[in-house]
Amino acid sequence: MEDFYRELIIERYKTPHFRGELEPNDITFEDDNPACGDHIRIDVRVDENQVVTEAVFSGEGCAISLASADLLLESIIGKSIDVVKELTKEDILDMLGIELGPVRLKCALLSLKVLKSGVYGIGKTDSTE
Amino acid sequence: MAAKTTTGLDVQQVRKDFPVLSREVRPGVPLIYLDSAATSQKPEAVLQAMNTYYRENNANIHRGIHTLAEEATHVYETARKKIVGFIHAPSVEQLIFTRNTTEAINLVAFSWGRHNLSAGDHILLTEMEHHSNLVPWQLLAAEMDLVLDFIPVTPEGILELDEYQKLLNCNPKLLALTHMSNVLGTINPLKEILQDAKSVGAVTLVDGAQSVPHLPVNVADLEADFYAFSAHKMCGPTGIGALYGRKDLLEKMPPFLGGGEMIKRVELRSFKANDLPHKFEAGTPAIAEAVGFGAAVDYLLDLGMDKIENHERLLTKYAMEKLQEIPDLTVLGPPAEKKGGVIAFYLKNIHPHDVAQILDSVGVAIRAGHHCAQPLHTKYNLPATSRASMYLYNTLDEVDRLIDGIQKVKDIFR
Repeated sequence: MEDFYRELIIERYKTPHFRGELEPNDITFEDDNPACGDHIRIDVRVDENQVVTEAVFSGEGCAISLASADLLLESIIGKSIDVVKELTKEDILDMLGIELGPVRLKCALLSLKVLKSGVYGIGKTDSTE
Repeated sequence: MAAKTTTGLDVQQVRKDFPVLSREVRPGVPLIYLDSAATSQKPEAVLQAMNTYYRENNANIHRGIHTLAEEATHVYETARKKIVGFIHAPSVEQLIFTRNTTEAINLVAFSWGRHNLSAGDHILLTEMEHHSNLVPWQLLAAEMDLVLDFIPVTPEGILELDEYQKLLNCNPKLLALTHMSNVLGTINPLKEILQDAKSVGAVTLVDGAQSVPHLPVNVADLEADFYAFSAHKMCGPTGIGALYGRKDLLEKMPPFLGGGEMIKRVELRSFKANDLPHKFEAGTPAIAEAVGFGAAVDYLLDLGMDKIENHERLLTKYAMEKLQEIPDLTVLGPPAEKKGGVIAFYLKNIHPHDVAQILDSVGVAIRAGHHCAQPLHTKYNLPATSRASMYLYNTLDEVDRLIDGIQKVKDIFR
């Protein structure tokens, strides 16, 4: 069970590398996990080729949700939005390196949910242009 | 620290009555159950009573002529009598079986509320209510254009009674409040509060979900107009609760749900409602659960509610002392003497989910979240808290295990 809180997770929770807000930004989205009150906002900037140049998160949450947000954003810098759209639950679990029960899985996946909502949101804007 | 306390309750003997308490959460890690405010564990006597009912008496109640139907009706109505006695209600007609506290409050909101309130009327609530005593009134207020007022809670976690007096000037038609907060643990000075509401002509409803399991409650002495509670928090099964109501109010109220059992006679386009309490019990009720509810009441009475209350007071005092010694830990709510065995706390810079997860790794079951009292957490500017809640089967040793577990949390997040 201590594996659950392995050093990487505690370290990223206490000193996140990608915490903050970006104004202006190209993609922004926020959402809650109603079960626990966790709240995450993600801001992303992309270049003209739709490649992520900057990504940060803000909000409140447990170690699992905030560490996974930090690791997720680290993984998307330099990736195209199309690649971001393909990210899955397994990618997050691989980054965290732990197995999670159904309740904590929601904590771990909140940032992915927020990121994907934002990414698909911008897709919709593009299609209307 | 010895597990036996000096409160007259033989806790080790009590623990033997609860089969689940002997299990391990995982090999070598015994269960320390500190989540009884969410739901209590069930003693063998309750499990046996329900088992026996299904094995020997199972039938649908009322109107059946055969032996089993008569027996099932008898055990169902006997359970009602036991619960009536437990809360000192004046008569069996005044005790309605519901699904839980939430349904009991909804019954009052939609049966009494819709027929006694009109646009612009005020309903007085408190800031410490949990969602089941907030949302039904929000629904009714939206439907009928009512005004909701709230008695504020002090930073210490008690009701601001001076503000209450001012709010009574709005002439509320109803005061609905909790007897004991499920987050702060605060036990409200109910008798005085209800008297004052009565003096301005307000009808009163008490949410007793957290009080009936833990304190001797006398609804006649309190003079509450409505009093709602659930079986599952007081050693009984889930799926059944009760509403006590003042007889003249209940008699004038229209049925809440329609169906079988709540009628005397039905024609194609009309019906005549049944007498109390059946008027409010539409459809086949939770018969086995009623039997279990009755057995739970027998069990608690046999031990003695005053002894149970004293035992929990001792546990609460001890836990509060130990928790307050921990640096960076803050306990919500009033001091031990003003509260029941519900202790919500937060650790600086550590999310309650992480606290609960690490405590689970040492077998300690607590709750993390907003405990269905989100507005109260918003008031204290906390997204969530951890909550340890105690009952008759908990020991001082278990409190020590909680404290050790919290130390482990702090070590991991150091």
